[in-house]
Amino acid sequence: MKFTDVILQTSTKILVFIILTFSIYVMFAGHHNPGGGFIGGLITASALILLYIAFDVKTVHEIIPVDFKIVGALGVLIALLTGIGSMVLGYPFLSQTFAYKTLPLFGKTELATAVIFDLGVYMAVVGTTMTIILSIGEDE
Amino acid sequence: MSWLHLAVLTPFLFTLVVPLLNKNIRRIHTGWFVLAVPLLLFIYFLGHFPLDPTMAPVIHSIPWIPSLDIHFTLYLDGLALLLLLIITGIGTLVVLYSIYYMSMEREALHNFYVYLLLFMGAMLGIVLSDNLLVLYVFWETTSVSSFLLIAYWYQRSRSRYGAQKSMLITVSGGFSMLFGFILLYTMTGTFSVRELIGMSGQIAEHALFIPAMLLILLGAFTKSAQFPFHIWLPDAMEAPTPISAYLHSATMVKAGVYLVARLTPIFGGSMEWFWIITIFGVITLFWGSFMAIRQNDLKALLAYSTISQLGLIMSLLGIGSAALNANFSDQAILFSGATLAAVFHLFNHSIFKGCLFMVIGILDHETGTRDIRKLGGLMSIMPISFTLTVIGGLSMAGLPPFSGFLSKEMFFTGMLTAARNMDQWVMLLPVVAWIASVLTFVYCLILVFKTFTGKFQPERLDKAPHEAPIGMLISPGVLAVLVIVFFFFPNLLSLSLLEPAMHSIMPNLLAPGERFDVHISAFHGFNTELLMTFGIILLGTTLYVYLKRWSGIYDTLPRKYTLNNAYDGGLTGLERMSLKFTSTYMTGFLHNYLSYIFVVMICLTAGTLLSQGAFTIDLSTNSSIEWFEFVLGISVIIAAVFMVFSRSRMTSIIAVGSIGYMVSLFFVIFRAPDLALTQLVVETITTALFLLCFYYLPKMKKELTRLRFKLSNLLISLGVGITLTLIGLSVQGHNLFESISRYFENSYELAGAKNIVNSLLVDFRAFDTMLEIVVLFAAGIGVYNLIKLRENRRNN
Repeated sequence: MKFTDVILQTSTKILVFIILTFSIYVMFAGHHNPGGGFIGGLITASALILLYIAFDVKTVHEIIPVDFKIVGALGVLIALLTGIGSMVLGYPFLSQTFAYKTLPLFGKTELATAVIFDLGVYMAVVGTTMTIILSIGEDE
Repeated sequence: MSWLHLAVLTPFLFTLVVPLLNKNIRRIHTGWFVLAVPLLLFIYFLGHFPLDPTMAPVIHSIPWIPSLDIHFTLYLDGLALLLLLIITGIGTLVVLYSIYYMSMEREALHNFYVYLLLFMGAMLGIVLSDNLLVLYVFWETTSVSSFLLIAYWYQRSRSRYGAQKSMLITVSGGFSMLFGFILLYTMTGTFSVRELIGMSGQIAEHALFIPAMLLILLGAFTKSAQFPFHIWLPDAMEAPTPISAYLHSATMVKAGVYLVARLTPIFGGSMEWFWIITIFGVITLFWGSFMAIRQNDLKALLAYSTISQLGLIMSLLGIGSAALNANFSDQAILFSGATLAAVFHLFNHSIFKGCLFMVIGILDHETGTRDIRKLGGLMSIMPISFTLTVIGGLSMAGLPPFSGFLSKEMFFTGMLTAARNMDQWVMLLPVVAWIASVLTFVYCLILVFKTFTGKFQPERLDKAPHEAPIGMLISPGVLAVLVIVFFFFPNLLSLSLLEPAMHSIMPNLLAPGERFDVHISAFHGFNTELLMTFGIILLGTTLYVYLKRWSGIYDTLPRKYTLNNAYDGGLTGLERMSLKFTSTYMTGFLHNYLSYIFVVMICLTAGTLLSQGAFTIDLSTNSSIEWFEFVLGISVIIAAVFMVFSRSRMTSIIAVGSIGYMVSLFFVIFRAPDLALTQLVVETITTALFLLCFYYLPKMKKELTRLRFKLSNLLISLGVGITLTLIGLSVQGHNLFESISRYFENSYELAGAKNIVNSLLVDFRAFDTMLEIVVLFAAGIGVYNLIKLRENRRNN
């Protein structure tokens, strides 16, 4: 008898978007509210894991053709580059700054370099968590 | 850079050329090129030959490490010159001899001559150095090059054994000497021997005087093979004979004697110096001559005889140092005669012992054995070798007309001087010395007569013996001629070399303008010394004739109780003990190592806490505990207890997970939302990973085992828990500084962030975060590699 998990797959399709949205919210809310790159990354990873549980590794890889090792490495690189960027401009390593700008769509918005750094953290966490889980999962 | 520096460095520089010469010029024996080095140096040092007995010392200095007071200072005075001439003179003869001794086809000559030149340069450095640390550097270089030379035939296990033994003994002595030098530096602030001599009065009153003296003497005694450190010398006889002749009779073993003579102006005024050196010298003298008679191997016999003669020189230096002692200032000149005898005998011994070793080498070379029991009746076959042995042997025995006679008479004079001018029981010294001289006479007779007279046994020899080639006979011949020349004209030597040497050993003894009485005459009337010599000849001959009757004395002590066995047993015992010791605690079990770490941690931290009285409980600043905190706390405790005592692993994993979730609840209560969120997710992931591990446990051992109870583990874990609790409680009572967290409350103004935790993580202390994500990423890559590499291996 072929086992089908229609309910799981259908609910996953909806839930993943909610979780991903929430994770991105948490990630960007981190500056003023509880959250940040680390927890955001973990939540994103959990959404992806849900996908992997509901479907199989191959299918998900076709949908999201991303090598998570590279994501992790990119994250570390971004974090490093924000630090080096401040050095290029003549400030100590990893100096952060912020400014209020009026953007076309968002109106008056705070732009902080710390968010870029946090993005690096986010990517590193997602990449690493997924690398670990996938490599364990693929192991026979 | 002066000529003197160049002279010391020449042998070292020449070592670079030797392998090239050996490789490229195959037809000429490499030794001929090497011969130029000691010969030129000998001629160069002859140029310093003192015409004036109170020769002015030559000093040249190059800074080496000036900030540490290490200067490459060379100091050439009478004592140094005497040694330099021995080193380069006998060095020349030894190289000449080795050209005929070492086969060009079979031996690795480049190794041989490189080691030899290293040794020669180091020896020159020891003798010329004024700076103690530079002296130490050269001292260890002689140890190392001697090690290399003893193990020259490294295929033989006896060679390796001898080399290791000499290395261990001389280097441990060298180390203690280094400590002694450092103590001298702490007393005076200088490494320069000249400056130290100037401050000798100040050193003598210092508390570290005795330790420094003992440590330095240990170095000198091990190098000069004094009792009980002499055991390396007989085993060093595995070296090629030119090496034995050069290192182990004429030069290296004299390094300790040189050091004692050199430092006599610093330490000589104390009675301890006098007694230690004299007593050890006399014991060595007696024991060496006693043991030499027992040997069947000619080189071993010569080794023990060298030990004995070194003891003689050492004891004379000890007695001579009394001249510097305030108690004997009236007899100072009398005692200084002993020093003269020491210097004279040092010179004599180098000559005749070098000659004897070379002759033994010839015997070995021509007959194929050194065993006394196999040799005999060679007198008519090897007449020249026989003559040379007679000259060397009788000089060693102290008979006229050989120079050994003169120094032996002076030796007795020195001993009698000590006996006459000191306590009653010092009479023992000349008595023991006399007995030792009788034994010396006996083994000299054995050396000469057992080898060359008696029955010729060609069937027991490996080769058909014949007289050695003329080139091999030149070197011992020259030395033998010197032995006779210095008997008839001792004042050639004493006025030119020995007197300046005396001035350097005892620089402040004489008023300016005065001179030591160094006139040595071959015959000085009928006195006690001459009678003693007659006694030696009579008793010695008798003993030799009845040797078989009394040699049973050597079996009275079982062969088990020898110093060699003590050394071997000590070495193997040390290895066995350290192996046993290491295997008791290096068990290879992780739980043992963990318990060491924890026990040490408990002892250190709890010990400090209790011994310093740092434990205090101050609960006054604590906030009150709410009921839900109580409930949560008790739940955590229950889960922890459950985890420890649960029978199955699954239960433990779930208990751990529940602890993790309750901790995140604590974070909620204590108002740390970021932490609570992260803890929740991380706990979920780790629990999942735990379950994964659990799932993959090997099937064979899957039966559910209960945690085994061990009292020690319980005690250790209780100890760790209690210690950490105590520390936690006391830390909370010690609020020494105001918290810096107020600064971060301005995070909105400073970093534009309302979330303090996040602004700390990404702004104020972003460096930590950056490294943490690097750690995380590295861990991820690590997991990936572990799994993928294993897969690849399996596929291959």
